Amino acid sequence: MKYISNTPPEQKKMLQEIGVEEISDLFQAIPENIRFDRSFDIPEALSELELMDLVQEKAEKNLDLSKFDSYLGAGSYDHYIPAIIDHLILRSEFYTAYTPYQAELSQGTLQAMYEYQSMICELTGMGISNASLLDGASALGEAVIMARRQTRNSRVLLPKTVHPAYRNVAQTYGEPHGVEFLDVPLQGGQLNLDSLTEELDDDTAALVVQYPNFYGSLEEMEKIAELLDNQKKTMLIVVANPIALGLLTPPGEFGADIVVGEGQPLGNGVNYGGPNLGYMAIKDDRRLLRQLPGRLVGKTEDVEGEIGYVMTMQTREQHIRRGKATSNICTNQALNALMAAIYLATMGKEGIQEVANQCYQKTRYLITRLAEIEGVEVVNQENHFNEFWLKIDSPGISLEEVEQKMCEKDILAGVNLTEMTDQEGLLVCVTEKKTRQDLDNYVRSLEVVLND
Amino acid sequence: MNVPEGLYYTEDHEWLKVENGVGTTGITDFAQEELGDIVFVELPEVGDEFQQHDNFGVIESVKAVSDLYLPVSGEITETNEKLLDQPELVNDEPYQGGWIVKIKLSDEGELDELMNTEEYQEFLEEEA
Amino acid sequence: MTEALIKEYSSPGRKGYSLPELDVPEENPGERLPEGTIRKEAVELPEVSEVDVVRHFTSLSNMNYGVDSGIYPLGSCTMKYNPKINEDVARIPNLANIHPHQKEKYVQGSLEILYELKQYLAEISGMDEVSLQPASGAHGEYVGLMIIRKYFEKQGEERTKVIVPDSAHGTNPASATMAGFDVVEIESNERGMVDLDSLREAVDDDVAALMLTNPNTLGIFEKDICEIQQIIHDAGGLLYYDGANMNAVLGYARPGDMEFDVIHYNLHKTFSTPHGGGGPGSGPVAVKDRLAPYLPAPLLKKEGSEYYWDYDRPDTMGKVHAFHGNYGVMLRAYAYIRTAGGEGLKEITENAVLNANYMKHKLKDTYELPFASDSLHEFVLSGSRQKTDGITTANIAKRLLDYEQYAPTIYFPLIVKEAMMVEPTETENLRSLDRFIETMKIISREIEEEPELVENAPHNTVVRKLDEAKAARNPDLRW
Repeated sequence: MKYISNTPPEQKKMLQEIGVEEISDLFQAIPENIRFDRSFDIPEALSELELMDLVQEKAEKNLDLSKFDSYLGAGSYDHYIPAIIDHLILRSEFYTAYTPYQAELSQGTLQAMYEYQSMICELTGMGISNASLLDGASALGEAVIMARRQTRNSRVLLPKTVHPAYRNVAQTYGEPHGVEFLDVPLQGGQLNLDSLTEELDDDTAALVVQYPNFYGSLEEMEKIAELLDNQKKTMLIVVANPIALGLLTPPGEFGADIVVGEGQPLGNGVNYGGPNLGYMAIKDDRRLLRQLPGRLVGKTEDVEGEIGYVMTMQTREQHIRRGKATSNICTNQALNALMAAIYLATMGKEGIQEVANQCYQKTRYLITRLAEIEGVEVVNQENHFNEFWLKIDSPGISLEEVEQKMCEKDILAGVNLTEMTDQEGLLVCVTEKKTRQDLDNYVRSLEVVLND
Repeated sequence: MNVPEGLYYTEDHEWLKVENGVGTTGITDFAQEELGDIVFVELPEVGDEFQQHDNFGVIESVKAVSDLYLPVSGEITETNEKLLDQPELVNDEPYQGGWIVKIKLSDEGELDELMNTEEYQEFLEEEA
Repeated sequence: MTEALIKEYSSPGRKGYSLPELDVPEENPGERLPEGTIRKEAVELPEVSEVDVVRHFTSLSNMNYGVDSGIYPLGSCTMKYNPKINEDVARIPNLANIHPHQKEKYVQGSLEILYELKQYLAEISGMDEVSLQPASGAHGEYVGLMIIRKYFEKQGEERTKVIVPDSAHGTNPASATMAGFDVVEIESNERGMVDLDSLREAVDDDVAALMLTNPNTLGIFEKDICEIQQIIHDAGGLLYYDGANMNAVLGYARPGDMEFDVIHYNLHKTFSTPHGGGGPGSGPVAVKDRLAPYLPAPLLKKEGSEYYWDYDRPDTMGKVHAFHGNYGVMLRAYAYIRTAGGEGLKEITENAVLNANYMKHKLKDTYELPFASDSLHEFVLSGSRQKTDGITTANIAKRLLDYEQYAPTIYFPLIVKEAMMVEPTETENLRSLDRFIETMKIISREIEEEPELVENAPHNTVVRKLDEAKAARNPDLRW
């Protein structure tokens, strides 16, 4: 299937109108010496039935999350997704549209984005949100460049408690702009406050804090806020898990200048890590607003005074400002933002709190039960949201063997930290989808694995 | 197109009025018409010093951005803060309430290089 | 009918979700966590029922227009039909419900699909190695330019400039800036192509790359591409291909054969993945062998019959996404390429070019055609002939909406006054092409006979012309 409507007689008629003989005559501008003169080495066309057979066959080679009890997180989270989300985003007026360049015929997308922006602001305690960025990590990259521009300083403190892939992406984004990244080391599961105090100076453009951090712990936000209170030139960038904000104090209350993060936990599936949803919110500051990357939707009126929505402050963007734009971003993650908006509306005031609370309580329960097993230690057993750092110190069995043996019991026990950091252990994630039975089974299985 | 008498003009469509060694500048009626609804003006700081033709700020409409260039060299003595809240003044009164900055001229000789009303009118006709 | 904001449906205590009862002991989280980290007040989100949410977003969808609603001739965006089967493919549970931290051995099926997709993308472009990591076209541009940056760094050369034609997409200069380059813009000639003299003048030892879209944003193929690549390569620079317009050349010409060194694709344009109201897209980058070491980490590889992610990439430009990019979009593009087949891709291009040329031919007497050179999958008209004191191209676009058709890209490329950039794509049928042509002619007549009708358009949309100046002067960005 090529989804082409033109029949040969129609093609002939069209060619006659144009005044050429053959379709290939339309390609005369392409010089002969660079013409592609063979067929693509790509298999022949498949019918729908054949295509489905083919991909099903490949899909069978995967073992998806339904085959396991999964405790994987570390940036991609398996939360409950209300059924209505997929039904609504399959309204094709949404998903087959593009960037709402013609506002009057795109009010659906525009109003939904305005609602998304509003709810992200509510969640983060910030004044302004854009209409999405590509993912959480690139959103951090954009935030770093923004702080570099805004403060004209180049030092950025990037603690080891920030997700390693986010650190990597931020460094990629910052490097061409002369950003100098400084580590803040770990202390337990938190960033080392003394080192932070030492490193922070007048020339520091920004401090990045992940909340909860990569290891699942909450940093000492009040103390960090106090430190930055004496360092007004330094911007506070918080990378926040939006689900956790159902329970946690919004970063805006700690004086965050920019809040970014991964919006996938808000009603988006894991999808092997993409499409995800980068969100970015900033404090209500007109000067900072002019530095914001990405699309913005604003409320206005039509000629008859009717309320409507438009993309606004577009002079920040590449299609107008070109080389001087605040970012090169054009296509964003609008449909994923729509999913997040539907999620936030559906869960609502009570639901977001309940999800966050269940995540916390179930994590707490698992940690408490794990304390019963010999040879395991939870580094941040008192300080966590829905992820924790599990260390295994059991003679005769390596971490990889533990992972493997748990896997044989259909449990994905956690993300192996040695693969991503210079630390050892598993990063274990618990969401509201877990039952007490699942968690008891995790503990029992680990006990068996360690004592085998 | 309104091109008042007694002002100096530039090819970048800025106007300059000089009184006692202090110049007031803004964009011309033609320029505001071309840009459309002005939504933002970025102003320099008082005390900033510029050379003639330096870029001293930015003016934005809904879908266009334009750099602002100083017609003469000098030091900024005052900026039109009203424009921060009412950028539409540039559209409504380009030569009065829509002025952008005042400059203490450092070289009055530069005025000779600027166009007068007649010359600017001719320049506009040629451009069209 | 406009629609209220979702929060206006709110009523205290109303719920639209259900969760199982908490089945573990409940503690007060504030007892253990650092001081001040528990929220004092609940998040002010709407309190609405499931029906409220469904009706609200259904209403919003009714105020929208997509490819499924009708023609969407947005130039340079390739708004072709999005096959429904591809949506089903992306939702196969075994493919969708996998976690990025699962070990490779559990996701071999997906990796196989991605690997084959990489091979197809290499074959279609005539390049050697592919990264699927960039999540959009601009993201791909950024990656491509960072690869170029790394390459010269490795060669010990300091090249600071990137040349961009004045007809280029805004993302080109913006990406160059993001990658730390200075942008040099060169003018197009009277045929709408790169002016070779200007190019020669702009090229020196500081030039890292030329970014080119071919066919360019006028839909015109850069005939002098062989000379262009010679000029750049002779000066030691590299050639970057913006793949936004790949739909114009599938099976006819390959960037690799034109001696481009780096290209990015837009899977959401050429390979029909839905544009989602602005995204997600996917912007794979393909390079020639000598640039492969600089591709983002990790890179998907195959050994024997096993697929794996190679993280051992010492010369990589870095990383631009937390995981592997917009995987769900890649599944759809894979399905599209397999249903089209190798031969089918060429037919797709042929019909895209036929449709565009038919439209151009039928409209060129009514609207000014500023560049007469042969064009491929899109063309640019000007509304200059129709322009009056009250009427501009923007009004023509708004009037199209009254006829329930989407407008072309307007005021772009910047080198055409009152530009209208039209790209019908191959999936429009003759009836829909004729209807658009007829509507454009009607609007031109209306401008002569009833100008106020066009000046005050749109009349039939859910809201009438919106005040963009008000929105920008006093931004209201949230409730």
